[in-house]
Amino acid sequence: MTLTTSPHSHAAVVLQGIIRKFGKRTVLDGITLTIQRGELFGLLGPSGSGKTTLVKLITGIDSADGGTVHMLGQQMPRLSMLQRFGYMAQSDALYNDLTALQNLQFFAALYGLKGRQAMERINGAMEIVSLLPHLHKPVAAYSGGMKRRLSLAISLLHEPELLVLDEPTVGIDPVLRQSIWRELGAMRERGTTIILTTHVMDEADKCDRLALIREGKLTAVDTPEALKARTGSGTIEEAFIRLGEGEAR
Amino acid sequence: MRVRALAIRIIRQFVRDKRTLALLFLAPLLILGLMKLVFNGQDMQLEIGAVQLPPAIAERLASNEANVTVYADPAAAEQALKEGELHAVLQLRDGVPAITLEGSDPAISKAVQLMLQRTLQSEAPTAIQPSITYLHGNENMAAFDSFGPVLIGFFSFFFVFMLAGVSFLRERTGGTLERLLATPIRRWEVVLGYLSGFGLFTLLQAALIAWFSIDVLGLYMDGSIWLVLLMNLLLSLTALTLGTLLSSFASNEFQIIQFIPLVVVPQVFFSGLFSLESMTPWLQKLSYFMPLYYGADAMRGIMLRGEGWPDIQWNVGILLGLSLLFALLNVLALRKHRAI
Repeated sequence: MTLTTSPHSHAAVVLQGIIRKFGKRTVLDGITLTIQRGELFGLLGPSGSGKTTLVKLITGIDSADGGTVHMLGQQMPRLSMLQRFGYMAQSDALYNDLTALQNLQFFAALYGLKGRQAMERINGAMEIVSLLPHLHKPVAAYSGGMKRRLSLAISLLHEPELLVLDEPTVGIDPVLRQSIWRELGAMRERGTTIILTTHVMDEADKCDRLALIREGKLTAVDTPEALKARTGSGTIEEAFIRLGEGEAR
Repeated sequence: MRVRALAIRIIRQFVRDKRTLALLFLAPLLILGLMKLVFNGQDMQLEIGAVQLPPAIAERLASNEANVTVYADPAAAEQALKEGELHAVLQLRDGVPAITLEGSDPAISKAVQLMLQRTLQSEAPTAIQPSITYLHGNENMAAFDSFGPVLIGFFSFFFVFMLAGVSFLRERTGGTLERLLATPIRRWEVVLGYLSGFGLFTLLQAALIAWFSIDVLGLYMDGSIWLVLLMNLLLSLTALTLGTLLSSFASNEFQIIQFIPLVVVPQVFFSGLFSLESMTPWLQKLSYFMPLYYGADAMRGIMLRGEGWPDIQWNVGILLGLSLLFALLNVLALRKHRAI
């Protein structure tokens, strides 16, 4: 297992020896990982492997039982850092009885955006996810895919330098999934660091680098190409399975 | 700023949820109105069977607001008692009056005994009648007037407790709490935002209930309406903070309902609806742990005895203290959802 070590100032996220236990069960076991600024970084693993727990530790919503988390050079958890990243959880987490605009206004206010600036950012974020024509509709009238996009728009409101997305494309049709990936690509072009979790193998191919997680342990961290080459497999799926076998031995 | 945003969001959600609004504002009025109708019914007509009574006594019975049916045969009277047509049978056995009571309702049994005693005593030369004056209340005061103030407090408490508990829980189960806590909002800002958003509706509800009970239902009122409003609002505030705090320990709506027999019903027993003085002393002390006791005690004092600020300031202080305590505990409980 190779790890890229670099000065903290260039790293978006640095995890060192992360251990997280729920009761007696160890969910994350000694995770050490560095994610560079400007990367589109994927956390790949089957459900129940600890991806969501790891994401919550990165964002400081949860705190680790062992090890340290640094985000953008600051030790986590830290309240002021919550202003600097955007987070989208697995559930859409929207207020269904309010309109999209009211949802956006609420979260904009929580991020300290006011008046004209808030309205500009709301329009901008809705433009990105192409929901601008549906701004005044109640969320209850949105389709599943629209809710997912609105959820993404909310995490973009304060123009964060780091985006943390937990399963951003789960339950979304292929066309929409492609459009979300296009948006993520465009954001990376603009210099945003993106960390996302997925259990869809073909999505993993689109990431700059991947971390493979199995049963709370990191089995490999590398570019998709290198992972495939190292294991002599044609797809990420095969590579994932081979690396898992190696670990289980 | 963030507190205000949270309050505005809650208000917007409320306004869109017409059913919940109706529950908050109309349900207490409906129940209070029903209560008034149920408890302020007509005086009951007692049905007495008279067996071989001297006509003088039977006449006096009838003049004492009882329906008297005369039976010649004791067995026939007993049969009527069995069939539920009579509340009691009065007869003379060897010159001594004997009463057979139907007996399944203690309140009726007592009323019959009282009425018969009065009838039989008045055979004796009239004793000196004391003149009666009331320190509080008057002779027209009904049972509903006496426990009405407790009911006002109880309904404010109950509905706010339910709503606060359920909506804070929804925030958690819907995932929005997690998202909320992934923004730079502080934990105390979440609690305060909830308090102010709900507080507005609580204020309106407390005012509506108090106005309806006093002006529409004509509940006996001897004190200041402002103090009644203050107490009602404080009770709602306690319910609000307690409801949101307890919702942290429930994982679905059904579990909030489970708190009702545990948290709300015991408070009813100690709220003054049932006389505390007739309880075992150690049991009485339990009332000190019940927010509703402090609210209902003060409301009764204000409405029935015209008590003013000096008499209720302790209750105000304790309810404020409890609300503050519950709110602080809630700020701590939110730690479960975000480490900082």
